[in-house]
Parts: sequence; C-alpha cells; structure tokens
Amino acid sequence: MGISSKLGNLGLVTTTLETAVNWGRTGAMWPLLFGLACCAIEMMSTQASDYDMSRFGMELNRASPRQSDLIIVAGRVTRKMAPVVRQLYDQMADPKWVIAMGDCASCGGVYNNYAVVQGVDEIIPVDVYIAGCPPRPEQLIHGVLTLHEKIKTERIRNWAS
Amino acid sequence: MQIAPALDPLQSLQEKFPEAIVFIKTFREELTIVVQPNAILEIMTYLRNTPGLVYNFLSDISSVDYYPHTPSEERPERYGVSYHIYSMLYNRRLRIKVFAAEDEPVIPTIISVYPGANWLEREILDLMGIRFEGHPDQRRLLMPDDWNGHPARRDVPMGKEMVQFSFNVEDIMKHKPHASSSN
Amino acid sequence: MATPPPANATKALWEGSLEELRGLVSNRAMTGETMLLNMGPHHPSTHGVLRLLLELDGEEIVTCLPDIGYLHTGIEKNIEDKSYEKAVPLTDRMDYLSPMSNNMAFCMAVEKLVALDVPERAQIIRVICLELSRIASHMVWLGTHALDMGAMSVFLYCFREREFILRIFEMLSGQRMMGSYIRPGGLWRDVPAEFYGAVNQFLEYFQPKIDDYESILTNNPIWLDRTQGVGVIEPDVALAWGMTGAVLRGSGVNWDIRKAMPYSGYETYDFEVPLGEHGDVYDRFYVRIQELRQSVKILQQAMKKLPKKGPFRSSNRKFVPPPRSELGSSMEAVIHHFKLWTQGFDAPDEEVYVSIESPRGEMACYLHGTGGQKPRRVHFKTPSFMHISSLPVVSEGYLIADMIAIIGSVDIVLGDCDR
Repeated sequence: MGISSKLGNLGLVTTTLETAVNWGRTGAMWPLLFGLACCAIEMMSTQASDYDMSRFGMELNRASPRQSDLIIVAGRVTRKMAPVVRQLYDQMADPKWVIAMGDCASCGGVYNNYAVVQGVDEIIPVDVYIAGCPPRPEQLIHGVLTLHEKIKTERIRNWAS
Repeated sequence: MQIAPALDPLQSLQEKFPEAIVFIKTFREELTIVVQPNAILEIMTYLRNTPGLVYNFLSDISSVDYYPHTPSEERPERYGVSYHIYSMLYNRRLRIKVFAAEDEPVIPTIISVYPGANWLEREILDLMGIRFEGHPDQRRLLMPDDWNGHPARRDVPMGKEMVQFSFNVEDIMKHKPHASSSN
Repeated sequence: MATPPPANATKALWEGSLEELRGLVSNRAMTGETMLLNMGPHHPSTHGVLRLLLELDGEEIVTCLPDIGYLHTGIEKNIEDKSYEKAVPLTDRMDYLSPMSNNMAFCMAVEKLVALDVPERAQIIRVICLELSRIASHMVWLGTHALDMGAMSVFLYCFREREFILRIFEMLSGQRMMGSYIRPGGLWRDVPAEFYGAVNQFLEYFQPKIDDYESILTNNPIWLDRTQGVGVIEPDVALAWGMTGAVLRGSGVNWDIRKAMPYSGYETYDFEVPLGEHGDVYDRFYVRIQELRQSVKILQQAMKKLPKKGPFRSSNRKFVPPPRSELGSSMEAVIHHFKLWTQGFDAPDEEVYVSIESPRGEMACYLHGTGGQKPRRVHFKTPSFMHISSLPVVSEGYLIADMIAIIGSVDIVLGDCDR
C-alpha cells in the first residue's frame, strides 16, 4: 500500500509513527536492578540460564535509575523502604513503567501487619501486577509480554503533550 | 594442655552468687536459671572465665512479654530476657533469664563480656522497649528512626489493614492514590 | 483499622545532621578529614537492601555503620497471631534462599515444646531436603559472589544447577521455593515415585560440576589476588562476635551443630567438617566448596538408607491432622480434623530453644507457648544478623573493593537478617 506498491521492492517500509515508537520501546527495555526479597531470586533465575530474559530485550539490568525504563518491584516493600522506592521512581526518566511482581508488591501478600506496605501502588502507579508467591519465571515472562502488549496500544496523544 | 574437669553450672552459681538466684527450672532437658538483673554482668563474666565452665559463646538474647501480667514466683515482672550461652569445650547449653519491671525496664549490658550482644540488645530495645544500661548505641535498629512505640509488645496491635468491602472501599482507596483501574 | 499512608513517603530520606553520628564514626569524620560515603539500600552488590555508611580515608575503610531494617516484615509478631501449623509458611520467607532450614528450625522447636515424635523415615527425608537446600543456597552464594568479583559465567552455571534442585522441590511440595514441606511431626505428604530417580540422577550429574567450579576459580590468579589475605577474621574475634557456620570454620574453629548437637539423625551419617586456616575470604570460599562435596556424600548415604514405604509424619492425632482417606470411616478422625484445622493444638506455657546448621550458620528458634493454640513469643536468631553486626570489625583497614568481597564471602541474606 502506498509508496512501496507503486515503486516496487525498494527496501522501504511504511508504518505509523506510533507503531514505530512503540516497537522501539518494547524492543530493548532495560529494567532497574531492584530486587528486594524472595521474588528477586526468581527474577535472577529468569535472567539466568533456562528462562532467559535477554530473548525479550532485557539483556542488561541497569543499576542506576536514570538509565533504566522499567522498574520491577520484586519483593515486600516495608515502611522503612517506601521513601527509597518513591525516590528511585522519581529519578527515572520518562517513559517509565512499573511491574509489581509477586503478591507482596501487589497487595501486601501474606503479611498484614505494621511493617509492610499493603501493595506498592500506595506509593507509585503500577502498570502490570503479577500474582504468585514467588511467581514462576514463566509468570514473570508472561507479565513482561503483557506489558509489551500494553505499550503497543499506546497512542501519540497520551505521551506527546 | 590440660582440660579442667567439667563443673556443674548450677552448683557453681549457687556457691558463688547465692543471693542472686531467684528461680531454677528444667524443662525438656534445658536448664533455666532466673537471676537478679543487677548481678547479670558478674554472672556472665564468671561463667565465661572459670575453668570447668568456659561458656565462651553467646548464641541468642530473646525477650518475652508476659502481658497481661500477674506476679508469681516464676515470673516476678512483665518482661523476661533470656540469654542462651554455649560452652563449646564441654558441649553444653545454658539459659540465664532475668526479669525487667513494667514501668521502666532497664538491664545492664553484657557487651564487655560478649561483643556479639551489641545488636541483639539493640533489637530488643527497638522492638520490646527494654533499655540496656551502658550500651554505646541507643538508636533504633529495625524500625524507621521516627517510629513511635515498640511493636513486639503484646498490647500493641498488629496494624492490620481492614478487609475491603463495598461499604469501606472509599476509605481504603484514599490510601492508594495510584491504584486506579484505568491506568 | 485502615492503615494511614507512610508518613515519610515524599520526605527527604535523611534529615539528620552530622552530630547524630558522633561516637559512632571516628572523630576525623566530624572535621571532614575522612569522607562519609553512603552505600545505599539500592546497590547492585549488597545482596539485598542493606545500607552501609562507610567512613573512608581515601579508599581505605576506617569504619562502616550498617543500617538494616529495610526488609523488616514483622514475621515474629505475625506468628503470634497464628496457630502452630499455620505459622509454618510464614517461616519459609525469612531466609528465602534455603526455606526448608527455616521450616526445620521452627518445626523442631514445636516438636520439642509438645514432645512430638518424628518417625525415622521422615527424619531421613528431612535430611535429604536440608542437604539439597544447602546445595541450592551455596549455588546462589557462589553465583552472586563470583558475579560481584567479575566472573560472570559462574553465575549462569550455578543457576543452571539450581534449576534441577528447584524441580525436585516442585515435585515434593508443588512450589519451587517456598514449599512449607516440613511440618510439625514430619512432612506434609509422602514423596512421589519419581523422587528417587530424580535425586540419584541429580547426584550423578552434580558431582563432576563441583570439579568444574574448582577448576575455574580455585587456582585462578585473579581470584587468588582478590580473595587471599582479605577480610581476615581471627578465631577469638569470630567467637566473641557470635559468628557461626562457614565464617567460623573458615577461621579454623571446629564447630558444626550437625556434629556437636546432632538432630534428625545426623549422627548416623559419615561426613567431615572442612576447616580453613587463615580466616580470609579465600578460606571461607574453599570451606563452602568442600561443604558441597560433603553434602553430596550425605545425600548418597541417605538415599541408600531411605525405605520406599513407611510413615512420613507422626501418627499422634492430637497434633497431626489425619489423612483424608481416614475421614470417611472414622468419627474420631473427623473430630481431630475439625479441631486441628479450625483451632490448632495446645502447647504448654514454657520456653524451648533449638538450633540447626543452616547454610549460612546457626539458625536458632526460641519458642514460648501460652498453654493455648497460639505462641506467646517466637524469636529467631539468624546467622546473617550476627554477621552483619560484625562488619565494622571485619572490614577495618581494607579497600572498598575488598568490602564487596567481604560481604559476598560472609553470605548474608537480608530477609534472614531483618525477618
């Protein structure tokens, strides 16, 4: 359709700007190296051999929030750690996404007491919640792919204001 | 090197500190000796240094809250603190227990005998509120610095979040500003 | 009551002044001669959320102040609200690299408190689970320690080995990590038929892998340079500061709870306790590698001893719920099932103290009952807590890069430390 059908096989690809930008964003998302508790071990297992997350573009975990665009909150957030999470989220540059991995980050999990924040969405907005205690590596990969699908539905008017 | 023959800890303590011992108990083959708090430092030094006893390793300091409290011979005060010490040479364990009063619980520190007691005592200060006199660092350990109260006490509530029903969903959603479903 | 939002959610993180640290850091920090560096809770090499305030003279460490509590979940207080059987899943999540050890410490304390017996076959399976858990935990330790020092491929090899063990745990309890498989009185359910073949296959596969790791690291000149002579702990310092496990054995002190105060039938297995000489990072690394070999030896003996049929849990129906097959035929079984699952069993108003040799050191559980169904107080003495408290003494005089090596060699897990 368009130019490529009129001029033949010129090596041109036509698409919309949104599709191109979203494809670029999901292609190589760099997560922040942010593991708190047991879910962090399953996140490390997912990054290592057998379930390899580099297949989906997440080859590197950046230690600095300024260089990453995804924060996977893996583990229980306690009241002492809450301001640290907020500061890290504020330091990340747009566009940024949040995955709440595990039950403790989604809703407080097994712990309903004085010390655990009942879900990290009390502090930062969350895009994808993953259930499990800890979630299997396949569940984490499914969550990441769900986030990719969500990003592919984003429109220019949402982020170019 | 000649190893001194093992002495009976209860007998040795009864000979050396007869007025400091309050109560003795054996349960499931564990010996517990309840002593006066002001004698704890001398007793620990004696237990560590005497050949025949050589309790050279402090394993744990635990605290208990007997709330609601009724004084008895076995439990004179509300707060109990148990010191678990090992003698690696003679391969045995001992529990020394002290009790601290409800209004102002203070116990002398044993850091000079076992440096490992540093953080164990600080954790009890933070979570149970029992002060250790002579401890060099009286800051909180596990809770945030500006926390009020001592969570491990039995009269402090658990701090649970209420279960979400349709009548209180508005209240709960006020505390979750970012949890809107249309994100 | 609904909980209020965190009061300091958007406040500055440390509003204090230098005055608060007087007495904790040396006087040279007060004048600015030495620098205070914050190795914050979010750091790639601190194995969890540990905050270290380092006082540095150039690159040399004068002292360090560890600040913990960023993972304090209040598990001990949460257990006071639950019956003894239902508290077991909460104990899984403390030392999350070897969940079976925490289960074991708590269940042993409950069994001692109520004088509950454990059948011999259950003890053998418990030993198998604990040793597999030890191997899995040492794999994560080796992987992350080597990754911090730059050997990245060891990380991938170790996690590949760990997948085999996690598959075996999934076969037993349905969950890869937090299985809560060890319960008071024995185990949750019997081992499935494919368990025997899977463990034997794993042992055959894993034995040459230990030689592989040794060939990569043990005589590697970079590894030797970075680890020998670093973080030396004298034996009397180690004993005074309450260190246990591989840290104590790396300094030459022969103390292993499995040999000194054996539990769950460990006195019937033939294994050695490896000891180090100098107490540096290299010795602690070498002790743990040898512990892997000894674990394989224990597992081989246990698999030979394990009978294929037999009880897996105590049959004392006052404490252990009956199997579902009995519920159709016996009225007493229904009554026991109802009472145990709604209320739980009663435990006397006394205190007990048990300890086991977890992969990190000595994990001890202090349990005080009420006479009713819920405990009055449970306290866990965890090895990471004692080891982090001694970091100022261990790291004095070394460089920042050595600090990373020391933290890795001491094998801390912050869930274990903060509970």
